[in-house]
Amino acid sequence: MITLAHFLVLGALLFCIAVAGIFINRKNVIVLLMCIELMLLAVNTNFVAFSRYLGDAAGQVFVFFILTVAAAEAAIGLAILVVLFRNRATIDVTGIDRLKG
Amino acid sequence: MTFELVCFYAFAAVAALAALSVISVRNPVVAALCLVLTFFSMACVWLLAQAEFLAVALVLVYVGAVMVLFLFVVMMLDVDLVPLREGFVKFLPVGIGIAVVMLVEMLMLIGVRAMQVAPGPDPAAAAGKSNIGWLGEVLFREFLLPFEVAALILTVGLIAAVPLTLRHRRGIKTQNPGRQVMVRREDRVRLVKMDAEGNREASP
Repeated sequence: MITLAHFLVLGALLFCIAVAGIFINRKNVIVLLMCIELMLLAVNTNFVAFSRYLGDAAGQVFVFFILTVAAAEAAIGLAILVVLFRNRATIDVTGIDRLKG
Repeated sequence: MTFELVCFYAFAAVAALAALSVISVRNPVVAALCLVLTFFSMACVWLLAQAEFLAVALVLVYVGAVMVLFLFVVMMLDVDLVPLREGFVKFLPVGIGIAVVMLVEMLMLIGVRAMQVAPGPDPAAAAGKSNIGWLGEVLFREFLLPFEVAALILTVGLIAAVPLTLRHRRGIKTQNPGRQVMVRREDRVRLVKMDAEGNREASP
């Protein structure tokens, strides 16, 4: 019997893997974007699990909206990445300091 | 240990291993393919949670659209990978340490013992509907405005991505069809009236 804790632990595990990926791949923008997608997936798993175990459809509807926004975010992020590579010929995060923030 | 639980552990293990290889492999193409495997396994896990529509949507949207976009971009960019791997070993202990600490904190927060909630009956089946009917009823009754806003966000994203990647190259010679169509005869051809050449009596 799958309990709520199974899903929550799996979500936490995926989220932590994604956080570790952001730390160890801190130069490669492509892998950073993939890690963000992994984090969203982990959060969505929590939403689905709670929706199932509380019997509330709002959680699954929220996952639907997260999927929508994540698709738009990936499209815009990859477009920015392409423009960045065209202008700088690199995708190194540490090289993006033109704004001097 | 029921069959469902065995399936859950199998899919969860595949998802976790694939996620680990996403963050650790050298080649971004392999990383993207491993991410596809992660999404697919998680879709199977969502199926076990009776979220059928979202599982199918995850495969369609992520595996079918987003990851293909990722693969396109990764293969289109000719990235030099060696400088991007600098600092991998240096930050490996930090990353692992933070991830482990976060995981322990989250597990303590969840309280694995306290959350051993047995699943109730499937809420969609209890309402006498399929999962997608149950979801669609809520979506189109209570969340209609957010649904329309989501459609607007997708449209804005589509329109924004096009001018971002549009490239205007200078100094190349191409035809301008608009100006070609606008050409009028009066601008190009000038008829000049002039007298005929004189004294041609000799000609037959």
